[in-house]
Amino acid sequence: MFEMLPPALALIGGALLTALISSRQLRALVVIVAPLICLYFIWQVPDGVVLRGEFLGYPLELVEGGPVRRLFATIFAIMSATGAVFAFNHARRTELVAAQLYAAGAVGVSFAGDLLTLFVFWEIMALFSTVVVWCGGTEKARAAGVRYAIMHLLGGVILKVGIEGLLVTTGSLDIRPLAAEDFSTWMILIGILINAAAPPLSSWLSDAYPTASPTGSVFLSAFTTKTAILALILLFPGESILVGIGLFMVFYGIFYALLENDIRRILAFSIVNQVGFMVVAVGIGTETAINGASAHAFAHIIYKALLFMSAGVVVMRTGKHLCTDVGGLFRTMPVTMWCGVIGALAISSFPLTSGFTTKTLISQAAVDEGLVTVYFLLAAASAGVFLHAGIKFPWFVFFQKDSGLRPDDAPWNMRIAMLFFAFLCILIGVYPQLLYPLLPYAVDYHPYKPGKVLFYLQLLLFSGLAFFLLLPWMKRTLTISLDVDWLWRRGLPVLVQFVARIGKPPVVAARRRLQHGVDLLTASARHTMGHTGPLGRSWEIGTTALWIVLLLMVYVFAYYLF
Amino acid sequence: MTQSDNHWLTRPTTIRWLWIIGYSVLAMTVLLQLLIPVKGYFGVDSWFGFGALFGFLSCVLMVFGAKFIGKLLKRPEDYYDV
Repeated sequence: MFEMLPPALALIGGALLTALISSRQLRALVVIVAPLICLYFIWQVPDGVVLRGEFLGYPLELVEGGPVRRLFATIFAIMSATGAVFAFNHARRTELVAAQLYAAGAVGVSFAGDLLTLFVFWEIMALFSTVVVWCGGTEKARAAGVRYAIMHLLGGVILKVGIEGLLVTTGSLDIRPLAAEDFSTWMILIGILINAAAPPLSSWLSDAYPTASPTGSVFLSAFTTKTAILALILLFPGESILVGIGLFMVFYGIFYALLENDIRRILAFSIVNQVGFMVVAVGIGTETAINGASAHAFAHIIYKALLFMSAGVVVMRTGKHLCTDVGGLFRTMPVTMWCGVIGALAISSFPLTSGFTTKTLISQAAVDEGLVTVYFLLAAASAGVFLHAGIKFPWFVFFQKDSGLRPDDAPWNMRIAMLFFAFLCILIGVYPQLLYPLLPYAVDYHPYKPGKVLFYLQLLLFSGLAFFLLLPWMKRTLTISLDVDWLWRRGLPVLVQFVARIGKPPVVAARRRLQHGVDLLTASARHTMGHTGPLGRSWEIGTTALWIVLLLMVYVFAYYLF
Repeated sequence: MTQSDNHWLTRPTTIRWLWIIGYSVLAMTVLLQLLIPVKGYFGVDSWFGFGALFGFLSCVLMVFGAKFIGKLLKRPEDYYDV
């Protein structure tokens, strides 16, 4: 029937229908089926540019296919459909519409053949993800949404400056591997890194995602950071600075997650941590590394959404969002608990889960390049992931102490979504051969070598031992942790107040002096121009004529001289 | 007291058994290295029990590192609200 439709259009159409249809059942059908139609068209896109356009004389490549693009778009569509199953019965209509448009933006970025198209879809994502944050409906969500929007609009401007600069210097908008070597390319890199939650601007993620609704944070966890990874793969493969940035993100995520008490904020920090692994891989830049980044992004979207679903059900059913308020929920929420545990094992790259078959590709890439330090830091970080997410999340939420809460388990549609993603986590872990052929480069890698499995089992299980032995030091506290956003959330207002305080006396004094000057001036004007003053009072006509003659003589004389 | 308040998983005897099983599994993963050689990429990582020691020590370091960072960065929950 249709051979080619820009895949993002399926989701945009779905969003419009969702906004218009009043029947709940029909709407549910649309939000679930539209991503599946999108998925169909994703797989119809052949390699190379398939749809061109023009804007202000610039050639646009609206849809360009390629293995890595298809891979990312595929997982975005799967995520969108499964998220819809999870959300349709509980999310507000606005949230469902915004989530579909957000996913459309992500799919659009995946197939963007030029930087202008990429930028447009990039901004669509920023816009509608902000709406998803706002659908949290609380004052905290509103404020965090505003900060989130400012950050992403700023990132968009930086990206746009870079794109314009690149157009001026090279005359081409084509998406191709660049090197961060001049102002424009640096701006593009920084613009993308802001969306990847790279330092120093990573706080927007942990700030905004946990304030969204229990369903909204599932969508948020998937798209923004992973499109940034795709953009890095397409534009900056092998950019060595990314290795350092990625390692920083990995450990930033671990430390902040260890300090955190909010259930979903722990998961938000672990997004930064996991995206850090991918950024390192893009920085290494070899074929194995790019395969690792792509595979890990694919697996990550699934298990991270699964974790956010599990946490979302807990937040929805208990109305609580802090580790200190929950605990012992395994009694009445077995499905949510088991799905959470499977997600937690997958994120920890436990053997037989998707994390193991994808993350070890990245470690392998570090080995192949002889990057000793990177390899050992990644191994330590894998242990840290088990510590901060793999055990911490399920332990504090479902076990720990008996909070006395006996909430119901997840509703049926949420169970289906969670069980499906839990199934995928294990499927990709047991049969990585299903995922490997979809990767951008040919894979010659076997994760299940006995020695490697044993090494990871030792690493992870002894991290588990460390967790339980150090439990007294891991006690949750009713605190938040400061981040770079302190600068504008606290520092800036304090600075303004400080300047106002010390600036006030001189400003008042200066104003008084100015007022005095103005007073003198008006007094003198009143003196000369007033109706009794020399210029203001009425003169006799003869005197006036005499003055005019005098002035004319001066003028003529001056004219004659010069 | 309802049945779920005294879940079998939370009884002290169960927890003791869990620790015993846990330690046995840990010991097994290390002892298995006598049978299955771990391929070391950089020398040290093929040593006996290296994965176990490395994982454990990394976690100890990270927990105490986080504790230290927490001293500097932790603030009351309502820090930004007031």
